[in-house]
Amino acid sequence: MKIESTLIAVIGLAATLQLASAGNIVGRVTIEGAPPAEINITPLKEDVNCGKLHTTMPTTHFYEVGPDKGLGDVVVMLKGVTGKSTGASAPPAELDQKGCEYVPSILAVQTGQKIIVHNSDPVLHNVHTVPTVTGNPVENQAQMAGAPDLTFSFPKAENFLKFKCDVHPWMFAWVTVVDSPYFAVTDKDGKYEIKNVPPGKYTVEALHRKLAPDGEDKDVEVKDGDVTVDFTMKVK
Amino acid sequence: MAEPHRNRWLHYFAVLTALATLGLVGMGGLVTSKGVGMAVPDWPTSYDYNMFALPISVWLTGGVFYEHTHRLWASIVGTLVVVLTRWLGGHKSRRPLAIVGVSETIVGFLLPLLGPDWKGAGYFLSGIGGVVILAAVVWVRNAPAPGSLPRLGWLAFALVQLQGLLGGLRVLLDAQVVAGARLGTVFGIFHATLGQAFLVLLFVIALLTSRWWWKHRLPGRPAHGTNSGGLDSTIVAPIGSRLALAATLLILFQLVLGATMRHQHAGLAIPDFPLAYGRLWPDTSPEAVAIYNERRMDFTAPNPITAFQIDLQMAHRLVALTIAVLVGMVMLRSRRAFAKVASTDTSDHTPQALRRLSVFWFGLILVQIALGAWTIWSNKAADIATMHVVVGALSLVTGTFWCLIAFRRFEPQWARAGAVSGSGLQIEPIFESNPATAVSK
Repeated sequence: MKIESTLIAVIGLAATLQLASAGNIVGRVTIEGAPPAEINITPLKEDVNCGKLHTTMPTTHFYEVGPDKGLGDVVVMLKGVTGKSTGASAPPAELDQKGCEYVPSILAVQTGQKIIVHNSDPVLHNVHTVPTVTGNPVENQAQMAGAPDLTFSFPKAENFLKFKCDVHPWMFAWVTVVDSPYFAVTDKDGKYEIKNVPPGKYTVEALHRKLAPDGEDKDVEVKDGDVTVDFTMKVK
Repeated sequence: MAEPHRNRWLHYFAVLTALATLGLVGMGGLVTSKGVGMAVPDWPTSYDYNMFALPISVWLTGGVFYEHTHRLWASIVGTLVVVLTRWLGGHKSRRPLAIVGVSETIVGFLLPLLGPDWKGAGYFLSGIGGVVILAAVVWVRNAPAPGSLPRLGWLAFALVQLQGLLGGLRVLLDAQVVAGARLGTVFGIFHATLGQAFLVLLFVIALLTSRWWWKHRLPGRPAHGTNSGGLDSTIVAPIGSRLALAATLLILFQLVLGATMRHQHAGLAIPDFPLAYGRLWPDTSPEAVAIYNERRMDFTAPNPITAFQIDLQMAHRLVALTIAVLVGMVMLRSRRAFAKVASTDTSDHTPQALRRLSVFWFGLILVQIALGAWTIWSNKAADIATMHVVVGALSLVTGTFWCLIAFRRFEPQWARAGAVSGSGLQIEPIFESNPATAVSK
């Protein structure tokens, strides 16, 4: 008993020291130049069932540009860090179908992490995953109004894995599956924070569906404390 | 020669089947235009319901409406084709229909033994078998339609079942990838192309059962014989029959190109017309394509476009231009050549009909080009894109009609050789030769 207690204390101390010696990568992604104007999703508004769920005309949100040119919905992650996923024990990520749109439309999860898909709408949807990486499952499941949540998970890393609804062909979500816990999605101000990164040299990659579908890279060295990595994505 | 007897009701029924198939092609086009081909993710069941028992509330939901309506409509067309096959084949078709029907029913009942996943397919096949058996037990001893019509009926019978299977496989194998190609896309393209060919076949059957086809055959021409109508078959060349055949085949190729573009669900690979990204020929370098993708705001086809898809649309445009030139030449040559023929033989209406048909054909091509442009200008509005599909199909039907009529009337050497050797398609006679024999053969 005494040995066990000692062992637990040692492990706890080691973990604490590990965290204490970990750093955070923080930063902001901004946009340079004027993106194309978002367009109305007319079929959504004209749909007999879905149209009633919106009081105004819904629009696309390819470019989530905040004040001071902050760019939202950018996935930022450590490039080339694999085999570090804690997805199996991580709390599930959530994806909702609300107003006949996926919310959020950009999501990032770890390999093996559960994704709970909820249907908040009073209408049938089908959740159709369309991966491009071999090993990630294609699924197409109907989800009636009020039906239980659906659960998905993906074993392989993949950028922008497509979730779609074939019943409502304007509905898409893009899930980036990362093989480590070191990633974040920028908020409306373009800010992000990747926490508890072990010290070392890394390449930080920023992905945006339109401006950087293949990613933009920056090298960084992480020590104790915060290190800032900002990105500027240019509209060509 | 006995006074020919024409079964007008057979013709009306063939026309009904052809029109129903045209509607089905339109409905299928709408499914693809709306991007809802997978709105019902199972087949032949619909959301695990028997296809004919899907609750209306589900049927009326979003894209389910288009996909499920397409399936129901296809069932109606399938039934019409079975009846048409029985009618064209006469009482002699009862035995083969019975064999096919019973076989399908037995296989349909056996399929569920392979596992629960085969249950729906089994019931579906049994249902088809049941319809075929019903057609087989119709006891009316009608004579087979003459010439090639029974064979054309059987061809339609085979194609409608193959087409239904392709439609189902397009759903079931949507996600499978073989040799880098997604089977859902491959089967979708085959399904769309075969649908057009099937439509042409049914319109040809309607033409070959028509009063016009018999009435305006060459005076004195033997029913199964070679050209003996007194008109010099060398007139074929100036008329442009080969041009018309080339144009018709090119339209078929164009429909395959169009189906390939549509089933990639890439939206508009080029958003402007008549220029392409502001140029006569667009820049397809990786840098340029990256910029195009940045600016694309397509919410139903969000995948990035590729240089291949841009090239594909450019090829579609060039082929359209070539078709317009070819059909325009057919029209001009028809006007010149047939005016001469009509003036020498006022009792012969075929030249005038061909002349008018060529004008109609060229008009259709112009409408089709306008619809293609409108599809782009409307950002691929589903109704416009679907009209583009339907008019494309009608252009193919019209070209086929023109060729059939011209080749029967001014039989080219190679077709005559085929007829003599027995390898050519017999496109007349069409009508039962005698009311008495019509029921006793």
